[in-house]
Amino acid sequence: MWRQWIPLWQPGLSPHSGDVDLLFAGLLIASALVLGLLFFLLTLFCVRYRAGNQTNRDDHVAKGWHWEVGWTTASFVCFLGLFVWGASVYFQIYQTTSDEHDVFVVAKQWMWKTQHPGGQSEINALHIPVKRPVRLVMASQDVIHSFFVPALRLKHDVVPGRYQDLEIEVDKPGHYHLFCAEYCGTDHSGMIGEIVAMESADFSKWLTQQAPSSPLADEGGMLFRELGCSGCHGNGSKVRAPPLEGVYGKPVPLSDGTSVIADDKYIRDSILLPRSQIVASYEPLMPSFEGKVSEDQLLRLVIYIKSLAGHSP
Amino acid sequence: MPESSAFAPQYASIPHRDHTAELGMWVFIATEVLLFGGLILAYLVYRHAFPQGFAEASRHTEIVIGTANTAVLLTSSFLVAWAVEIFSPDTARITTWLLMGAACLGLAFIALKGVEYSREYGEHLVPGIDFQFAGPRGNSIQLFFIFYFVATAVHALHMLIGIGLLIALAMICRKAPTTRHHTALHSAALYWHFVDVVWIFLFALIYLPGRSSS
Amino acid sequence: MSEMNYLTADYTLKSWFLTTDHKRIAILYFASLIFFFFIGGAAATAIRIELATPQADLVSSDIYNRLFTMHGIIMVWFFLIPSIPNTLGNFIVPLMIGARDLAFPRLNLLSWYIFMLGGCTTLFAIFAGGIDTGWTFYTPFSTLYSNSYVIVAAAGVFIAGFSSILTGLNFIVTIHRLRAPGLTWYRLPLFLWSLYATSVILVLATPVLAITLLLIATERFFGVGIFDPRIGGDPLLFQHLFWFYSHPAVYIMILPGMGVVNELISCYSRKQVFGYKFVAWASLAIAAVGFLVWGHHMFVSGQSLVASLVFSFMSFIVAVPSAIKVFNWTATLHKGSIHFDAPMLYALAFIGLFTIGGLTGLFLACLAFDVHATDTYFVVAHFHYIMVGGMVTAYFGGLHYWWPKITGRLYSEYWARTAAVLIFFGFNLTFFPQFILGAEGMPRRYHVYPPEFQLWNVLSSGGAVILAVAYLMPLFYLGYSAFFGRRAPANPWNAPGLEWQTSSPPPGFNFTTQPVVTRAPYQYNRDFQAEPQNA
Repeated sequence: MWRQWIPLWQPGLSPHSGDVDLLFAGLLIASALVLGLLFFLLTLFCVRYRAGNQTNRDDHVAKGWHWEVGWTTASFVCFLGLFVWGASVYFQIYQTTSDEHDVFVVAKQWMWKTQHPGGQSEINALHIPVKRPVRLVMASQDVIHSFFVPALRLKHDVVPGRYQDLEIEVDKPGHYHLFCAEYCGTDHSGMIGEIVAMESADFSKWLTQQAPSSPLADEGGMLFRELGCSGCHGNGSKVRAPPLEGVYGKPVPLSDGTSVIADDKYIRDSILLPRSQIVASYEPLMPSFEGKVSEDQLLRLVIYIKSLAGHSP
Repeated sequence: MPESSAFAPQYASIPHRDHTAELGMWVFIATEVLLFGGLILAYLVYRHAFPQGFAEASRHTEIVIGTANTAVLLTSSFLVAWAVEIFSPDTARITTWLLMGAACLGLAFIALKGVEYSREYGEHLVPGIDFQFAGPRGNSIQLFFIFYFVATAVHALHMLIGIGLLIALAMICRKAPTTRHHTALHSAALYWHFVDVVWIFLFALIYLPGRSSS
Repeated sequence: MSEMNYLTADYTLKSWFLTTDHKRIAILYFASLIFFFFIGGAAATAIRIELATPQADLVSSDIYNRLFTMHGIIMVWFFLIPSIPNTLGNFIVPLMIGARDLAFPRLNLLSWYIFMLGGCTTLFAIFAGGIDTGWTFYTPFSTLYSNSYVIVAAAGVFIAGFSSILTGLNFIVTIHRLRAPGLTWYRLPLFLWSLYATSVILVLATPVLAITLLLIATERFFGVGIFDPRIGGDPLLFQHLFWFYSHPAVYIMILPGMGVVNELISCYSRKQVFGYKFVAWASLAIAAVGFLVWGHHMFVSGQSLVASLVFSFMSFIVAVPSAIKVFNWTATLHKGSIHFDAPMLYALAFIGLFTIGGLTGLFLACLAFDVHATDTYFVVAHFHYIMVGGMVTAYFGGLHYWWPKITGRLYSEYWARTAAVLIFFGFNLTFFPQFILGAEGMPRRYHVYPPEFQLWNVLSSGGAVILAVAYLMPLFYLGYSAFFGRRAPANPWNAPGLEWQTSSPPPGFNFTTQPVVTRAPYQYNRDFQAEPQNA
């Protein structure tokens, strides 16, 4: 592995971080070549054509369109290559493929709160199994934060008012820095934690050792009843509201003739801004829960509705 | 027309000075276009995101006052254009009257705007001060009204500056108009027309959505 | 001194504070900018001292956040943006085009007063309790969460923006209308082309910042606003609007520097600038394409992948004209007769540092690497190479070059060269380690940091000490020269530009007779003697 020869650069720990390192090395080499050429020419000219030095200065040229076209084209082609390279790796990074292990991340001033589907929650830490993609669903309670794991060469902003998906995968067990990279107020530099990557077996053991609270879906179900959602969406209720069983992940026809996929964002929006997207043939009756539920509770509700995906309506 | 004999030393001649001043006003208007452009861009983003909310919010605006204001402003622009056209020492009197008329129409616009604001306050439609909206799309309607108040307030500020300019020019025209004042009047008129054009855009964006289709 | 010049015309305070002479207004700006530069510099010094150790020891987090915000706001809006345009530009533009003043002298004076009003408002915000949002004012932190003087600081920047707009407007109109007879567009010195491009950005981008700051202040004042996520507002819209101004603002901060470097390279290699037309149009190309790259600040913010792709591509495109310039400057040296006076040392330093800054800009334009490097010290190092290594170095170069014209005195060449070399080494020692810090993943705006980053931080702080000393040096030897230096002749560097064809310092209205231009700029004969543009 020649990657480890790059000075001052820790080897990548995820499938994509190696590609990013390679890109970085490519950029460094390209830059070094350009800088080397430039400094060589600058030094050469400065020495040879210093005032008072007797040397041939005849027939100097003031312009030459072939030179201009030459270096313009050369720069352009180089840049184009780097652009394509960078963009292709970027698309790989942000491809989300599986959602077998979802972890929910809530950012708030100034801590990271992570929750596993089984209900195990952590503060400023995230335990994950190695060599298995983990899908993070991230939300912010207050200002913009940014989830940054330098070892994975990965970063994504967490913007309030929406969910962000990010897929991470670690190849080697260990403890890695988790930083908040978007300035978020007084204790911004204290908003750090660690990613703990463990072998699958260790991870399962760890999960069972934790579990003080009930699974998130169960808690979501309790909230579903406490907040009165079941009064309308539950079976046999008098108010006519769309049933939620089997909805998740399926297209939902809307009153304006379009349809949307019922994903995390759609469910979240439907709770907070229920009347922005009305399901076809239903009355817009549902009140907004904006300000009545916290991001933590929202996540549990989303997970609960997701857990109903397998049920038939 | 009497020409003021002196012109600043950086100019070669009086026409040189006048053309320079006019170019200055055009560049200034370019700046202003981007000022309102940023605001209108924000509006378009949200209107795209919340089409129904914006349509509904628009139906809560005072279209009668808005239309009246458009007429008022167009008329005042016409008066200013007229004043620019006939400007000369012989017509000093009528120019003065035209400019005063345009300024008064501008003030009428501001007054109508005030009435409109107070009605909206009565309907609890002022975000940040008193906003209550029972209907389902309260949030996007609030966004609309934030835009509405910021845009019309910034526009009204431009109006007040323009009115000040027109009154000042009217005073000058009454006394001793020279070619220099013709340039000043020309530039002020450009500004006034620009403020007018901005209003036409705001009128279409604020009052018309949600009324056309139903 | 026998003849009257603009400095000796009158000595009263009134003659300074109510002057409409572009040269005196340039001096007013110059004095104000020194003041702001050292305020911003003091904040930077405190930051670097604090970061010498991983723990918090000098200041608390709250103070630290206020320090870097103050450093950013002061340096960007009250030093870098007005630096070359408002001091050197104000002084030199009319001289270079053979005019007796700018097109609108009173507007010019008004612009200084507006600038000072904005500056004082911002200083008030800083000293009344500070502001902790960072210079970028990101919502919803700035509008709903920050507990500091955001509205006042935003008002200060808002006001100063109008000063920029007026300056830009004045330059555009002046360059269009007041050129001397015979001074066609392709006979304009390249400094004017780059200032023209800068002015276009000032006029077209600054109003967007103004309206954005107004929306921020409204939101903060009323507790609800257009970017408020609680009612469906989008914080990313703020970022789009902000960077629509602030990315072109980066070109406001570098184009004038490039312009100065053209003058220096040409004068001290006794040759005309290679590929004049390409360099001239490269300035305008940068200004135009610069408006289309703002989204590269938001690659990890959650904007669509397609948007990121387009912005990344445009960011590579905008680098092409910069590359063209660097190659042309290098080619200018070929077969020249190179003198290593202090301004030339600054110009050479500029080429090196700007190239490093530009190349690392490509790293950040490269999507996949930006995901890792954005919001780390890599970005901090990159933009300091452009703005400090580029713009401030060019500013010092231009200042030394035109110093004899401005003051009528010569400075100590020995001290000037020493300072130039010290600045170069101090700068690299300060900022190069930050590239490594960023590549290793240290986020920016961190008050305390994990101990493994300490080595590079210590090096950086050490470099900052050298840099601080180097930046203080010109204050002394240039200050000394202004009062006691040897008298300068009209054309001490034997340069062909119009500004050198009038006395040093120039008389009140610059030229005793209207110059008529007969040839292209930067003409030297076979003996490397300048052939004046108006001969």
